[in-house]
Amino acid sequence: MNLNYTPEEEQFRHHVRAWLNEHLPRDWQQLARAQSKRMDEWMAFLKRWQRQLYEAGLAGISWPKQYGGRGATMIEQLILIEEMARAQAPNMLNISIGIELVGPAIMHHGTEAQKQRYLPKILSAEEIWSQGFSEPAAGSDLASLQTRALVKDDSFVVNGQKVWMSWAEYSDYCILLVRTDPTAPKHKGISFLLVDMRSPGITIRPTKQITGEAEFSEVFFDDVVVPRENLVGGLNQGWNVAMTVLAHERGTSAIGYQVRLRTELDGLIRLTKQFERNGRPASQDPLLRQKLAQAYSEVEILKHNIYRAVTQIMRTGKPGPESSIIKLFWSEMDRRQKEIGMEMLGLYSQLVHESKGAIDDGWWPHAFLWSRAGTIYAGSSEIQRNIIAERVLGMPKG
Amino acid sequence: MEFGFTEEQQMIRQQAAECLKHECPTGLVRQLMESEHGYSHELWQTMVEMGWTGLIIPEAYGGVGLSFVELAIVLEEMGRALVPGSFFSTVVLAGQVLLAATNDQQKQCWLVPLASGKLRATVAATESNGRWDAGGITVRAEHQNGQFLINGTKLFVPDAHIADLIICVARTGSMEGVEQGITLFAVNRHAPGLTVTPLKTLDQTRRLYEVSFEQVQVPAHYVLGEVGQGWTIWERVFDKATIGLCAEMVGGAQAALDMAVNYSKSRIQFGRPIGSFQSLQHRCADMLLLTESARSAVYAAAWVASQDANDLSLQASIAKSYTNDAYRYVTGECIQIHGGMGFTWEHDAHLYLKRAKADEVTFGDAAFHRERIAKLIGL
Ligand SMILES: Cc1cc2nc3c(=O)[nH]c(=O)nc-3n(C[C@H](O)[C@H](O)[C@H](O)COP(=O)(O)OP(=O)(O)OC[C@H]3O[C@@H](n4cnc5c(N)ncnc54)[C@H](O)[C@@H]3O)c2cc1C
Ligand SMILES: Cc1cc2nc3c(=O)[nH]c(=O)nc-3n(C[C@H](O)[C@H](O)[C@H](O)COP(=O)(O)OP(=O)(O)OC[C@H]3O[C@@H](n4cnc5c(N)ncnc54)[C@H](O)[C@@H]3O)c2cc1C
Repeated sequence: MNLNYTPEEEQFRHHVRAWLNEHLPRDWQQLARAQSKRMDEWMAFLKRWQRQLYEAGLAGISWPKQYGGRGATMIEQLILIEEMARAQAPNMLNISIGIELVGPAIMHHGTEAQKQRYLPKILSAEEIWSQGFSEPAAGSDLASLQTRALVKDDSFVVNGQKVWMSWAEYSDYCILLVRTDPTAPKHKGISFLLVDMRSPGITIRPTKQITGEAEFSEVFFDDVVVPRENLVGGLNQGWNVAMTVLAHERGTSAIGYQVRLRTELDGLIRLTKQFERNGRPASQDPLLRQKLAQAYSEVEILKHNIYRAVTQIMRTGKPGPESSIIKLFWSEMDRRQKEIGMEMLGLYSQLVHESKGAIDDGWWPHAFLWSRAGTIYAGSSEIQRNIIAERVLGMPKG
Repeated sequence: MEFGFTEEQQMIRQQAAECLKHECPTGLVRQLMESEHGYSHELWQTMVEMGWTGLIIPEAYGGVGLSFVELAIVLEEMGRALVPGSFFSTVVLAGQVLLAATNDQQKQCWLVPLASGKLRATVAATESNGRWDAGGITVRAEHQNGQFLINGTKLFVPDAHIADLIICVARTGSMEGVEQGITLFAVNRHAPGLTVTPLKTLDQTRRLYEVSFEQVQVPAHYVLGEVGQGWTIWERVFDKATIGLCAEMVGGAQAALDMAVNYSKSRIQFGRPIGSFQSLQHRCADMLLLTESARSAVYAAAWVASQDANDLSLQASIAKSYTNDAYRYVTGECIQIHGGMGFTWEHDAHLYLKRAKADEVTFGDAAFHRERIAKLIGL
């Protein structure tokens, strides 16, 4: 056990910190706040930002050099993500789906041609990706999906509907799960396709979310033709590829959250000292102090849980079902943290973006609403508990 | 950055687990619970032979010279086995005071026999006010003719009856500036005027005593560290002992979780193992989440303790507040999952619940530590 970093790692941290200090646009947060109204401008900004990171060799750094990465270690990746979060830099546009999900799927299961064709453009943000897994009747029970693909000549012809596809409107490609053998048992008849989102027959209908924004969409596929070479992992072998995607979605993507949650908590602690509650600074309210101390502990513990998991991945080569513990922990604690913020603000918790008197321009109510999503997407809390019980604790299947 | 154990550390754990499985089964724990002092000389000798009494004591004083991380590993296994007796009070409490506060002569006198298992010791810090802060220390020691006279009563002192040496945290100065004017004394348990009275407690695997001092004479060279400067030493020992106790607690939580999961696989109701019911699966998943998260907090804190880093108090308080709640919750759930069986004396589940409750209030409950965290993070 050694929680110190090596001199080389410290040096890398300094390099990243200095680079961010020099290149991070100062005004990005204002733009971010206005994103619901000026989405195109925001997207263009994010693309530019990721391109800059890519050119500085700071996108997808643990990917092999031949696919545009830096061949760096998990620890360096962790350092980069931490420094980005610490500097409150905007996330890379393509990170949550392109880099964290599509990348590992293609890297593990794709052909050499697919790797060369797609991977570098994911890093440079030249091509933005979305994830077409969920359907109206297939959410948690992903394997019951019904979107069909028939093999015809050298292509697949896709028909069906996907839901809740984040960034679908702004994406160039999506990873799509389709049923290619309706007679096989549900997990066995699924294929994994890379689909050009500009293909004829695709209709995208944005869905307004509880925050008022429309980050995700319903997507309809009507005789959409997908070339055979866009199949990943073999015909009817898509479930394995999907599992790789889900393991990454639950595990390593939480690395940055702990710093973000800590930054948000630090902000709340500052606010608590200025904000009055029952005629005295809220920071003197004993119950609130208890809750904030608990929230602080939980963020620290999330960090330690992640470091332990990263060490485990470095030793074994891949994330295990333990990543469900991290997913369950961060999503539930994020909710608790935002509830504390709302409780602290009292009457002011109602004032949203652009209202007179809104605290932090209504950031807390917005974050409070968003925190309800984390326990649903990437496998709901209930699904994580099922996975932990059955695959980590070995309890009998229900 | 490597947040995992080295091969050597894993070996230490394995050896500890193997040894305690054979030498300290719950049958023995129960037997000792019903004995007079809750102590077994044979078990103590085994621990001495394993090198545990000298684990963190430098080789120069007859120890093994390993770090706090290795101690935490062994403590985790001891917590899993519910080891009764005076290891914790001797090594983790008194041992660390002696390590931190003694001059060479005192080390030869007390630390060397402690490392070799010949001396058992404890610390008398808390009083009837139940406080863990400096303000709670009211037992007085007066300087008189080149020696000190101690008067007053300490409460909740672990293993006092079998200790050869009782380290007393006493007030030599005024109550103003509460952290100043506190001094640490090494007191022979057989000193005239010193009375040890057993307390009947919930958790009989770890004995607590009232220790009263009536004109107890202590020679000046039995002062540990400087007169009036004892609090800073005790505070650091308190932090490290807190982390050590948390390591035990994580081991206990793991034992309770294992017991619950195993039972759920074999107990059939409604024609299927109860472990296949989702409501029990989700309870067990939460038990694992709490146990693993407490474990992360404790390992990180143990590492900080091994480095003597600045944020020792913060990490200790994070670990203790979280582990308190986790251990209590997990042991409660363990009983629930065992149904009627879990409510019997015969089943081990209650041993862990009782330990969890006792550990929870030892070195401060969760609210105490959260308030400490709040102060430390500038609230
Ligand atoms: C903000 C957001 C972004 C998203 N982005 C994407 C995206 O980009 N691409 C994509 O494909 N999908 C996306 N999703 C969809 C997400 O993956 C699904 O919402 C999720 O898998 C849950 O499915 P569902 O909504 O159909 O809920 P359901 O599966 O209908 O679940 C409803 C409730 O039942 C519970 N439940 C279901 N099954 C079980 C079980 N076996 N045991 C116990 N409880 C159970 C669930 O936990 C939940 O509480 C997104 C969702 C959100 C909220
Ligand atoms: C103090 C005490 C006094 C008692 N007195 C009497 C008495 O006078 N007369 C008498 O006849 N009995 C008595 N009982 C027995 C009591 O009724 C049973 O303990 C109770 O019915 C549970 O059964 P069990 O202990 O076999 O647990 P189990 O049925 O083995 O249950 C073990 C665990 O599995 C869970 N579980 C079981 N089935 C399901 C399911 N379908 N879904 C989800 N979870 C499930 C339970 O909730 C429990 O957590 C007493 C029990 C106690 C503790």
